[in-house]
Amino acid sequence: MFDGTQRRIVSLWFPRFASDRALRAHPLEGPFVLTLKQGNANRVHCLNAAAEARGLYRGMAVADARAFCPELSSRPAAPGEDARFLALLRRWATRWCPWVGFEGPDGLVLDITGSAHLFGGETAMVESLCQRLIRSGLTVQAGTGATRGAAWARAHYGEGRPLADLPVAALRLEPDTVTRLQRMGLRLIGQLADSPRAPLVRRFGAGLLLRLDQALGAQPEQISPEAEPPHYGLRMTLPEPIGLEGDVIGITARLLDWLCAKLKDHQSGARVLRLTLRRVDASTQDVELRLARPLRDPARILPLFQRGVAEVDAGFGIDQMRLEAVQVETLPAEQIAHIQTRDRGRLDDLITRLGTRIGLENIQRYLPADSHIPERSFIIAPAAYCEPQGSWVAVRPRPVVLFPPEPLAATGDRPPATFRWRGMALTAGRITGPERIAPEWWLDDPNWHRGLRDYWRVETRQGRRLWMFYTPQNPGWFVQGEFA
Amino acid sequence: MPSSSLIAYPLRPGRVHEACGPSAASFALWTAALIGGDVIWVREAWRAEQLNPLGFQGLDPARVILAQTMDQNDTLAVAEEALRDGAVPFVILETTAPIGLTAGRRLQLAAQAGGTTGLCLIPEGMGSNAAETRWHCAPVFDAQDSTRQRWSLIKNKLGTCEAWNVRWNPEAHRVAVVSPVRE
Repeated sequence: MFDGTQRRIVSLWFPRFASDRALRAHPLEGPFVLTLKQGNANRVHCLNAAAEARGLYRGMAVADARAFCPELSSRPAAPGEDARFLALLRRWATRWCPWVGFEGPDGLVLDITGSAHLFGGETAMVESLCQRLIRSGLTVQAGTGATRGAAWARAHYGEGRPLADLPVAALRLEPDTVTRLQRMGLRLIGQLADSPRAPLVRRFGAGLLLRLDQALGAQPEQISPEAEPPHYGLRMTLPEPIGLEGDVIGITARLLDWLCAKLKDHQSGARVLRLTLRRVDASTQDVELRLARPLRDPARILPLFQRGVAEVDAGFGIDQMRLEAVQVETLPAEQIAHIQTRDRGRLDDLITRLGTRIGLENIQRYLPADSHIPERSFIIAPAAYCEPQGSWVAVRPRPVVLFPPEPLAATGDRPPATFRWRGMALTAGRITGPERIAPEWWLDDPNWHRGLRDYWRVETRQGRRLWMFYTPQNPGWFVQGEFA
Repeated sequence: MPSSSLIAYPLRPGRVHEACGPSAASFALWTAALIGGDVIWVREAWRAEQLNPLGFQGLDPARVILAQTMDQNDTLAVAEEALRDGAVPFVILETTAPIGLTAGRRLQLAAQAGGTTGLCLIPEGMGSNAAETRWHCAPVFDAQDSTRQRWSLIKNKLGTCEAWNVRWNPEAHRVAVVSPVRE
C-alpha cells in the first residue's frame, strides 16, 4: 500500500451486543428484547436470536412485539452500560494488538499488521479471538481485510467472499444512497467499481466514491486507538502476613510514595484514597480517606491514614495491600507564598481528620448569597469543596441567631408594648423599624406564604433584643431572631 | 463595686471555658474576634436555631468553620481532636446535655496539648467541674446602646467571681467595660 507493507485489519461486529450484554448479566430462556423509549413509544432496541426467529425486528413497537409473541420477556435498555462494556472489550482486545479502535456502538476494529504471527497466523488468531468472545456469551462476526472498509464489509456481509461480490450496502453507505444505487441497477461493489466515476460523483456526491476507495485501498483510513486514562492503583503482596499497625503503616508509606510520584507526573492530586487490606482468610477490609483538598504529599497523607488503619481487624494477618486513588483532581504546581501557607495545610489536614469521623460534607463554611431573605442571605457549603469568600455586607443590623418564626399573640401593625414570648413577660423598651422585605416571587417558599414582612427590632426592658415581623397581608406577629 | 477591667478575660489559652445564658453566642463571637485566626464551631446538626453570619460583630464569617455532628459524643470527639491539633487557636462547642468529669478533663488535656482555647456553650446550669471559668451572659437594656451585655463570671478556678456591664467597641475592635446605669 502506501508504505510498502500489507496492512491487515480485523473488524468485529456484535450483531446483538446490547441484548447479549443484558443476558450475560442475568440469563433468560426464550425470546427476549431490550426496549428503549424513542419519541413517544417504547421500541425494540435489541433482541436475541429466539425473538428474531419469531419474526420480531429492531425498531418495532413493543406492544406489537408482545402481540406477536405473548411469552416475550423484556428489559429496558441501558446504552450507557453498553458503551462501558464496549470500552472494556476494547481494553481486553489490546491483548492481540496495540491498535484497537471503536467501530460504531457495537463493533471494534483491530489493526493486526505485524502481530498476527504471535498467535499462530491470522486465521488462528481470528478464530481464537472469536472463540473467546463466543464463550463469554457474545454473538460476533469477524471480517479481515487489507483496509478498514474491506474488513467491515466482510464482518457484516460474509467472511471469505471477494469484495467485488458483496452488495453495495457493505460500503458503509447511507440507506438512502443504497436504495438509489439499487434502483440504478448497481447491486454489487464490483459493478460500482467498474462504472464511470464522474457521473457517480455528480449524482451522489464525493462520499460514495470515498467509501469505495477506502474499501479498495485507494484512499487511506486510519484507526485511532483510545488513550488509556492513567491508573492510580498499586498493590503489594507480602511473603509473610503482617498484623502490627506500624507494619501496615510502613507499607502504606511505601505504596504512597509510588502513588504520589505518579500523581505528580500527571499534575494531579488525590481527593479520595482507598486502602484495601486482604487478610490471609481472603476477606478484605477497606480504609477510605476523603481529603479536604487534593493532595499528593506523602508526608501529609500518611498521618491521616492512622485513624482508619487503627480500626482494622487484622485477624490472622494481612498478606496483600492495595492503595488506590479513587477520585483524582488536577493539582497544578502552585507558587508558594510567604504568608500562611503552612497554617492552611494544617487546617486542611484537621478538616480531613474530622471528616473521617463525622463525614467530610458536615464540615462547612459560610458563603455570602445574594438575597434579601434573611434565611437565604448566606449559604452553608462543605468547606472541603469551596474557598472562603469575602464581601459580607449587612446594610442593616441583622440578628446573630435565627430560628424558625415563633408566633406571638399580638394585633395591630406596631409591635406590642407588652407581650409574652417563650413563657417570659416582656416589655418593649426601644423599637426600631419597620423594614419591609418582600418574598422572592420567583421562588415558591412555603415559609413565606404569608406574603410581605415588616421587620422590627424590639429591645425589651428585660434585656432580650428580638427581631420580630408583622405580616400585613395576612395579619400576624412572629419572632424570628435575636440580636447580640 | 465592680472593677473597671475584666478579670480572667481574654480567656486563658490552653484551657476550656464555659459560657451560658441568652448571649452566650455573642460572647463566643466577640472572644473569637479578639483571639483572631480561624475558629471551629462544633454543634449538633439537628438544632433549629442557626447562626446568622450577617449578624456577626467583629468576626469575619469567612474565618468560621462549622462542624455539624450527629450527637453530643461526636461533638466532644470533634472538639477534642480540634483542640489537640492546634491548627486553629479557638474552638467553640455547643453541648445540649451535661458533660461528665472524664469528658471535661479530656477536653482540658486536649486544649493544654494543643495550646488552644476552648469555649463550651452550655445550657444554663449544666456546667462541668473541669471548666476553668464559667460566664453567664445576658443582654441589658440601655436607651442608647444596643450591644450592651451583662457578663457575670460565675466560676473562676484562679480567682474571684464578679460581674460587669460590657459593650462591643467596633472602632477599637474590643470589649469595653461600661459602668452600670443608675435608675
